[in-house]
Formats: sequence, C-alpha cells, structure tokens
Amino acid sequence: MAISTQSLELVCPAGNLPSLKTAVDHGADSVYIGFRDDTNARHFPGLNFDAKTAAQGVQYAHAKGRRVFVALNTFPQPNGWSRWQRAVDQAAELGVDAVIAADISVLDYARRQHPNLPLHLSVQGSATNYEAIRFYHEQFGIRRVVLPRVLALPQVRHVLENSPVAVEVFGFGGLCIMVEGRCLLSSYVTGESPNMCGVCSPAKSVRWEETPQGLETRLGGLLIDRYAPGEPAGYPTLCKGRFIVGEQTYYAIEEPTSLNTLELLPELQDMGIAAIKIEGRQRSPAYVTQVTQVWRAAIDACRRNPTAYIPKPEWLQELGKVSEGHQTTLGAYHRTWQ
Amino acid sequence: MRAANVTGHQPKLALGPVLYYWPCETLLNFYERMSAAPVDIIYIGETVCSKRHSLNTADWLELAERLSAAGKEVVLSTMALLEAESELKTLRRLCENGRFTVEANDLGAVRLLAERKTPFVLGTGINVYNDQTLRFLAGLGAKRWIMPVELSRETLASIQAGRPEGVETEVFVYGRLPLAYSARCFTARYHDLPKDDCQYRCLNDPEGLTVSTREGQAFLTLNGIQTQSAQTCNLLPELAELRALQVDVLRISPQAAGTEAVVEAFADGLRGERDPVEAAQALNAVLPYGACDGYWRGQAGLRLMAEIGQDV
Repeated sequence: MAISTQSLELVCPAGNLPSLKTAVDHGADSVYIGFRDDTNARHFPGLNFDAKTAAQGVQYAHAKGRRVFVALNTFPQPNGWSRWQRAVDQAAELGVDAVIAADISVLDYARRQHPNLPLHLSVQGSATNYEAIRFYHEQFGIRRVVLPRVLALPQVRHVLENSPVAVEVFGFGGLCIMVEGRCLLSSYVTGESPNMCGVCSPAKSVRWEETPQGLETRLGGLLIDRYAPGEPAGYPTLCKGRFIVGEQTYYAIEEPTSLNTLELLPELQDMGIAAIKIEGRQRSPAYVTQVTQVWRAAIDACRRNPTAYIPKPEWLQELGKVSEGHQTTLGAYHRTWQ
Repeated sequence: MRAANVTGHQPKLALGPVLYYWPCETLLNFYERMSAAPVDIIYIGETVCSKRHSLNTADWLELAERLSAAGKEVVLSTMALLEAESELKTLRRLCENGRFTVEANDLGAVRLLAERKTPFVLGTGINVYNDQTLRFLAGLGAKRWIMPVELSRETLASIQAGRPEGVETEVFVYGRLPLAYSARCFTARYHDLPKDDCQYRCLNDPEGLTVSTREGQAFLTLNGIQTQSAQTCNLLPELAELRALQVDVLRISPQAAGTEAVVEAFADGLRGERDPVEAAQALNAVLPYGACDGYWRGQAGLRLMAEIGQDV
C-alpha cells in the first residue's frame, strides 16, 4: 500500500454546545449540528441548536480553526417549506462552512439564494452510485457527498474513482441498515419517519413494560423485543427487534450493533476518502469526547504510518463501551455482512 | 349501493412493476393475462435485485413490444438501488432504448434521461415531497410523478395546487407498500446464506416472506433487499377523493394471486359500475394480513382508517 500523507478529515456530531466544544477540544476537524426543529434528521426533544447557541458554536470552532456544518437533511412538505427556507438562510447568516442537505428543493434554494454557501449531499440524499452524485453536482454544485451505509469497500472505491466531488463515509456509530432517505419503516408503524419528521422510532411511540414473560419493548404498540431476566435491553429501534419469519425467531433485519471501521482506516485513506463521519448527534458529550479522542489518535497514527497501522486494543475497548449492544460490525463495507 | 360519480376527472389505471422474483413462465403468463385486463399503463422491468434474471433486458424490451401491440402504454422501470457498474450499464441501455418511456427510481437515472432530453416518469424511488422539487424535476423532463407512499392526501392536495402544467400525478393505490431498500438481502439472511450465494431463494416466495412480532402480529414483508408492508394498501374506497384531487394515474402493484380481481374492481369503480366500498370489502376479505390506508389519512401507514375494515 502506498504511503499517503493526505489526512482524513474527522467529522464529529454535536447535539448541543457542550458536545460541539468537546469535539473541537479533542480533535474534530469539523463538527456537524442541526437546528431545533424538523429540518434535520435528529429532531429529538431537548436536542440541537437555536440561533444563539449555533452562533456560539460557530465562533468557538472557527476561533480554533475548525469547521461547522449544518444538517438540513429532511424532506419538507409544502405546508412547512418556509421553515427549511429560513433554516438555509440562517445557516448562511451564521457563516457555517457547509450545509448538508438532501431534498432537491432545499438544495436548489440554497444554490440560488446563497451561491457561496458550500453544499454537501447528505446521506439522506441516497446517492449510492456516481451517476446520482453527478446529478447533484451538475444541478446544485455540491462539493461533497456522504455515502449511504450500503456499499462494500470495492464499491466505495469505484464510486470514488468516478465521483466529481469529495467523498465522506460513515466510520462509527449507529448503523442504518436501509438506504438512508429511502426508509419508511418508522412511519409505517408510528406515523413519523426520518424523511418527514427527522425521527426514527420516536421516543413518544415507545413503551417499556415489565411482564411475567420479561421486559417488553414496544413501538407504536408493536412488540419489538422481549428480554429474559438479566438480558441487557436496548432501545426499540424498529429494524433491530427480534421477530418471527417462518419458524424462526431472530433479528430478522439487523442486530443491535454499531458500525466501527477503525480497522479499515488505511484502506479508506489509500483510496482517497476525504472525510470520516461519526454518527451520534443524539448522544451525550461524554460519547462525543470518547469517540473523538479515539478517532483522532487513530487517524493520526494511520497518517504517520499506514502500513504499520493496527487499531490499538484500548481504542476498540473504548469504542465498544459506547456501542449499541456493546457490539460493533464492519457493516456493508464487508461483503459477507450483506 | 352508492354509485360513483363518473362524470368528473377520470384517472387511468396502471400496473406497477412486479416487485417479486417469479420464474420466467409465471411472469410471461401474468403479462399475457394483463394484456387483456382493463389497465391502461403497464410498468415492467426489474426494480429490486439485479441478480434476478427470469428476463434479461432484451426479453423485457420484447415484452414491451408485445404489450404495446396489445394497446397498453408501456413504461420501463429501473432499479431503485444502483451499486455495481453492471447495474449502471443496464440502466444506460434502458435509458437509451429510444422507444419506451422510462421510470427513474434513482437520480442517476434522472441524470441520464435528462441528458438525452427524453421525457420520463419519476418512480417510488425518487423523493418528491413538495411542489418545488416537482417543478425542478419537470424542468429536466419529468412528465409524471408518483407520490411517495408515506405522504397524506393533505400533502397531495398542496402539491397538486403547485403542480407544473403537463405533469401527471400517480398514486400507489393497491398492493404491499415498498418501504425500504438495503445492501443486505433479508431473504438470504433468513435462509442463512450469504448474499453472493443466495441460491435465488426469492423464487420460493412469490409474495415475499412475512415478518411478525413475537405476538404473531404480521407487519412487514421481506423481498430480497426490499422491505414491504405485510398489510395491503387499498385506496379503492377513496376513488371519489382521488378524482377530486385530480390524480391522473392509479397504480396497482402486482401480487402473485388475485391481481385480475383487483384490476377489475378498480376498473368497475372508475366506470361507476360497482360501489368502491363494497368492492374494497370483497378484496380485503381475502387478504392474509388485512388492508391499510393510514398513510393516506396522515397516520401510521399500517392503520386501516376507512370504516370498512375486516376483522383480521
């Protein structure tokens, strides 16, 4: 493998100002945030930034030479469209370094109204092939694409070789098994989806119940999982429950697990990936601190000497602690997972 | 018995692409029957998994000719999840066919079609959530769009109000709803096989594999890399409203059994020869996991809001 000196940009999540600050302090190159409404795909109660905290966050990051991106990556319906319009204007006024968007009307508005505002295509834009990336580039001048978590590594490389823009991939965190921007499972059961409302398996539709059969978790009334005494229980994300197909009861769609690509770093760096994204704007500042620290150290080690790079056991241990179900996977990057 | 108003706007009936993996003979027999059925538009082509090969591109084009000769408007549907270069190659061939309209299910397809200045249809794989997006894509050559299945009649009304001239609106009115696409093949996973050696197990399940909760409540269908609803969306009772909203095309998604009866029921309803509510009741009575219409009513998709529900 060729020795590469190009450094992968580390893009970290922040659901509030303390998370943004700790991400910057612990080595994030960029931090992505959302506003306090359904214009972004982590529209959770008590999370996200208002005009004041966003301005403070941008100031804090810029003072330390780091960048801030704003995710406006849901799909407005006509009755709410002006909210997305205001959000784009607000992001431009804040002087953020990029808007991460998915909806065509939002990208079009940003392009026309704020031609100097850099645009990244959100993972919610579902661009899994270079023809789709070219579409967004030609129409809206996007400068970067975030790939959905569905491609195997050779496919990522092929997309990259033909992409007119820089490519960002997810490196760590919660794992969407479906193509983002094209998953309606949540609204099918609860009425609210990432595309429409910025939520998946929303907390208000969740019920936890102790029953004689064990602890039960429900979403929209549907039994997602049932845990034996002592078995660790997880949040009832719809695609991560145990269900019945035929005669089998199993994780029919996906296990409760997190994506972790720490061991793929040399390969990602070698193929020319521009940035690694960490999932988790809904997580605590402590999560952001731990994950940012580990990934900063790993990216630096890989940059210094990619051929000798191997993830340190303590890094994996740290990341394992903050992973869903304390398990991690290479996800779709590794073909056998598919 | 309520007779439908047939003097108003009259939508056309469309048959969506077959979403399952059926053997070649089954597919060809199905389309033979459909060429005589009262549908105006037939969408054909593989949209879910490029490994399914009952028909290759040349076969699909040949089928398109036959259906066209039978008087149907034929649209070639393309894949929703494009990953491999071989898939892009097939896509280019379809986009360049020069004869039949193409349904784009990915913006990569939109790019290729816009480049050729060929009018095209926007399928369920394209996210049109507002009229600005629709106007933008109409400017690139979209002549018809299908509403994302999770949107409600209220949103449809708003989009219709801002719909660009000359663009037709289609609504998914019957069938198991396409809900998600994944890199992972859930059918192979069920059979404990790797995706690359799936042994074409989808062929065993002409309407997919049903997913139920541990309380036995069916709610999803696994169809290879696609996840569908287990419940069947049925908007037949909403015919009057679909007309009032100036919907131009009603899409029926093919199922392995009973599609003729569904087509007949909608056609009869549109001609005013049968009460849509009664006809819907008859259809719903034979559904294994019941009907749903929640999305149309702005609710969770799996709910059945129309007061015609069958006990399931």
